[in-house]
Amino acid sequence: MSARTLFDKVWEQHEVTRREDGTTLLYIDRHFLHEGSFHAFAALQMAQRTVRRPDATFACADHYVPTQNQRKGLEGIENAEIRNMVRLLHEHTDRFGIRRFGLQDPGQGIVHVVGPEQGLTQPGLTIVCGDSHTSTHGAFGALAFGIGASEVAHVLATQCLWQIRPKTLQILAEGQLSPGVTSKDLILYVIHRIGAAGAVGHSIEFAGSTIENLSMEARMTLCNMAIEAGGRAGMIAPDDKTFEYLKGRPFAPHGDAWDAAVSHWRSLSTDPGARFDRQARIDASDVAPMVTWGTSPEDAAPIDGTVPDPRSLEAPDRKARFERVLDYMGLEPNRPLEGLPVDRVFIGSCTNSRIEDLRVVAQIVDGHQARIPAWVVPGSLEVQRQAEAEGLHEVFMRANLEWRDPGCSMCLGINGDTIAPFERCASTSNRNFEGRQGKLGRTHLMSPAMAAVAAITGELTDIRKKA
Amino acid sequence: MLEKFVTIDEIAVPLELQDVDTDRIIPARFLRKPRTVGYGQFMFYDLRFDDDGQPRSEFPLNRDVYRGARILVADVNFGCGSSREGAVWALSDTTHPDSSAGFRCIIAPSFGDIFYNNCTNNGVLPVRLGPADCATLRRQLEEAPGARLQVDLPKQVVRGPDGRQYSFDIDPFRKQRLLEGQDEISLTMTHQAAIEAFESRRRSVVPWLTPDGEASS
Ligand code: SF4
Repeated sequence: MSARTLFDKVWEQHEVTRREDGTTLLYIDRHFLHEGSFHAFAALQMAQRTVRRPDATFACADHYVPTQNQRKGLEGIENAEIRNMVRLLHEHTDRFGIRRFGLQDPGQGIVHVVGPEQGLTQPGLTIVCGDSHTSTHGAFGALAFGIGASEVAHVLATQCLWQIRPKTLQILAEGQLSPGVTSKDLILYVIHRIGAAGAVGHSIEFAGSTIENLSMEARMTLCNMAIEAGGRAGMIAPDDKTFEYLKGRPFAPHGDAWDAAVSHWRSLSTDPGARFDRQARIDASDVAPMVTWGTSPEDAAPIDGTVPDPRSLEAPDRKARFERVLDYMGLEPNRPLEGLPVDRVFIGSCTNSRIEDLRVVAQIVDGHQARIPAWVVPGSLEVQRQAEAEGLHEVFMRANLEWRDPGCSMCLGINGDTIAPFERCASTSNRNFEGRQGKLGRTHLMSPAMAAVAAITGELTDIRKKA
Repeated sequence: MLEKFVTIDEIAVPLELQDVDTDRIIPARFLRKPRTVGYGQFMFYDLRFDDDGQPRSEFPLNRDVYRGARILVADVNFGCGSSREGAVWALSDTTHPDSSAGFRCIIAPSFGDIFYNNCTNNGVLPVRLGPADCATLRRQLEEAPGARLQVDLPKQVVRGPDGRQYSFDIDPFRKQRLLEGQDEISLTMTHQAAIEAFESRRRSVVPWLTPDGEASS
């Protein structure tokens, strides 16, 4: 058999049937749900259909849960519409016998944090969720992608999806990331280079020595934002780090099954000489700590750079877009990014809310005082417990950071955690779209380290000068 | 059953914005509403309405000359970002008085992948044309507001206001489903036997996923 990529292998292992035109009925191993899935349940019930594989379906309460006083449960949610969203998830999962990491479940958290943490996310699986950041799970060598509500209903009913085989893009990163530079900076750099639509129609595989050296948490951050480059999925070949991470997790295989699983997982890497439709090479030493200045994740620049000048652009449409973006962001062209005052800090989201992220933040803020409101929102109850066991919460509280309960929170603000109009927020989340964190809010994306240092200086700060 | 898409001849409205993400098409705060309230009222909400809820007169979709438009000509990376299908429901809704006439076709140089799928799952045809062709169409629609475009799905052709023809690609599977207004779940159900056969093969490859061995029956 000819040399195949990781993607090829996983795809081909899930083909139920293929039409003459190439469209494939793809089998889905794991299906994750969240509160937003109520639309799909409504469609399912209207069509009088049922859930084919409740045992392969898992639900998390994350988008609408409060990040304060979560212990109070449903009754603690004041807004009736928001409360109803969480309640509907509980009702639907009860009705169809779906395992739920719901409010007050010890495994509750953001779906893309919980899946890996519970060992549900495994190499070689197909994983879907009605959420674009499902690409996160590709960090384990799974083929994982986001779908819309009609597709969620389709997977609930059939456990399959009709898919057109995407093209493949290999991003080969070689070398060592410099001190102060993280996988968040690497992915912002990649998106800046290839563009927010640069990988549309492609499944990305991240490979090379830089990637091999990343922890599982850092790999998740990378794959999480594959979608921000337009990628259908982001994948990384499983290796010993992957297996080490999974071992002993509740849904990971145990005993003899573990050994069988590992030998299967080892067979999934891209064969030498396998062909990709496209390739891009990154030299890790070129990557600096990055921040975004605009309203697309591709609007990123090194922290020691400046806000771009629309006048320097030739294409009238690009120029018009830049002008509009700078107006929205309240920024002057050519202004240095360093030193830009920020009003608040959000450390959280499925991109950067894992234990490793919180350890970095604690290390930076320890012994300092936040000058501006700064929230730390753990990705899950498990992360919260671990952080508290390590005493990180005390470091945060001493530094005047607000330590909250797990959920999506200020990443998109639909639980009510929003930033105010015109507020400038240093955020570890994944999207700086207009109004994403709150109407007229101004988001600057960056790594947890950069967000932490911004909290104590009150302005965008080069972590390399502070660390 | 979805409304079948064959050939349409409709007013088209240009939208001069790049990278329109689905958060802008429908802000997240509306997604907790059931679809039955009519999602058209939320379409481009923060672009269409000012802080007092008054329509912004400069926004193209608020201009009288484009009233009744059922084709949208947009720019690169339209519908990027969040997977929310509410974006397509908002664009295609005809039930709410504040909705558009219900977009049936969106033309752009490129689309977010998930948005593209969501369109075809709702009977909306996404058409990819080159950036220069899209720019030409947008300029023509700007210069002669209220002009119509013809979109012929069987022939895979868009006809501009000047009669110029632009051919486009669409995969045969989506084309057929749009033409027939076919329900995808019913179609998949006809492959029941293949799905069951796959499941039993799959169980032998990854037995640890279904430890009790009978979970899928
Ligand atoms: S944290 Fe943000 S991006 Fe991640 S799942 Fe939640 S809302 Fe989506």
